Amino acid sequence: MSTIAGGIFTSHVPGIGQAIAKGLKQDPYWKPFFDGWHTVHDWLKREKPDVLVCFYNDHGLNFFLDKLPTFAIGAADGYRHEDEGWGISGYKPYPGMPELSWHIIEQVVHDEFDPTMCQKMLVDHALAIPVEMAWPDEEESWPFKLVPIAINTVQYPLPSPKRCFEFGRSVGRALESWPGDEKIVVMGTGGLSHQLEGERAGHINIEYDTFCMDNLSRDPEALLQHSSLDIAELAGSQGVEILNWIAARGAMRGSVTELSRNYHIPISNTAAATMLLENHETVLA
Amino acid sequence: MNGTFDPPATGKRVIPGTYVFDGDAARRGFAINEMCFSFNEDANRRAFAEDEEAYMERFHLSEEHKKAIRERDVIGMLNAGGNIYYLAKLAGILKLGVQDIGALQTGTTVDEFKAALLAHGAKLKELQTQGETA
Repeated sequence: MSTIAGGIFTSHVPGIGQAIAKGLKQDPYWKPFFDGWHTVHDWLKREKPDVLVCFYNDHGLNFFLDKLPTFAIGAADGYRHEDEGWGISGYKPYPGMPELSWHIIEQVVHDEFDPTMCQKMLVDHALAIPVEMAWPDEEESWPFKLVPIAINTVQYPLPSPKRCFEFGRSVGRALESWPGDEKIVVMGTGGLSHQLEGERAGHINIEYDTFCMDNLSRDPEALLQHSSLDIAELAGSQGVEILNWIAARGAMRGSVTELSRNYHIPISNTAAATMLLENHETVLA
Repeated sequence: MNGTFDPPATGKRVIPGTYVFDGDAARRGFAINEMCFSFNEDANRRAFAEDEEAYMERFHLSEEHKKAIRERDVIGMLNAGGNIYYLAKLAGILKLGVQDIGALQTGTTVDEFKAALLAHGAKLKELQTQGETA
């Protein structure tokens, strides 16, 4: 049987990719953020997951506003990152696992979710950068197969936090019922508090971020008390990317413990965080 | 550079200084966002840089869109339905980073905008020293 070993939760600021490219991991501005990954690297070396299920939001690479799905599940043989408008590309391609993608799609539709099913899908920096952070030493190819799941955090109305959590639970049920013996890690990217646009640009909310981090492992349903618009007000208009965290946490249905947490301000305009949570299967009596 | 903040129609949630990108904004801003989406391709970025007016015409931008772009008025672009994730692609062509954009919108200098972000970091360190937060 497959196992969900844990979850990685992290910001996906585009500038992180540029810092990696320029070799700035030890630079005083960047070091406090990069240092938050050591425990993740040790854990990944120990656990060696075979599959990555990544919840993220597309920023106008694969999807445009002409057709914008609330939930989209990749079901391709492989995925690529491409130029998003800043001339940055060249991340290694990601091998897919379409048989698991379709298994997830079957489960979530059975659970009355209505995802868009994507046999072709480009993945943007919101997936590429966290993967680069988590597996920095892979020269040739990635050691995992990918199932990307994109959640709309761009065009209102956004799905509610409760809906995202339940969607994640449904994905978790699919992973638990997968008959293969793969070890799976889930990832939720984006956040924490930040706002790029408007007269309130630069907004950061330490108190709300801390509330989210404190509850992510032990009481994730506490995060569901706010609407998506409440979160936009609390965490900033891009702070709503925490919906990806909420969905990824939903997919971890066992006994969950926090292994590490890093919270640093600022990375670009963002309160940046990285958290590692372990998932232990609940043993049925 | 800064326009005024037009609050959404009555009955909508108003978050001060924040542009909720809802259906009304998406309709208003379709052309400018579609143009910015085209900037994913380098050839299009170069075409815009060579002749902004012709490129804006190609995407049927409204006069409001064009005016905001000509004046590099980010708040004007937002009021005209521009979405920040798409405008970020335009900002790249104009060699503006997110802190430059932040300063333009908040009426501060880039240094002041960066200092405000660093001040949040200093506050966090203080709280961490006191053991009150993560």
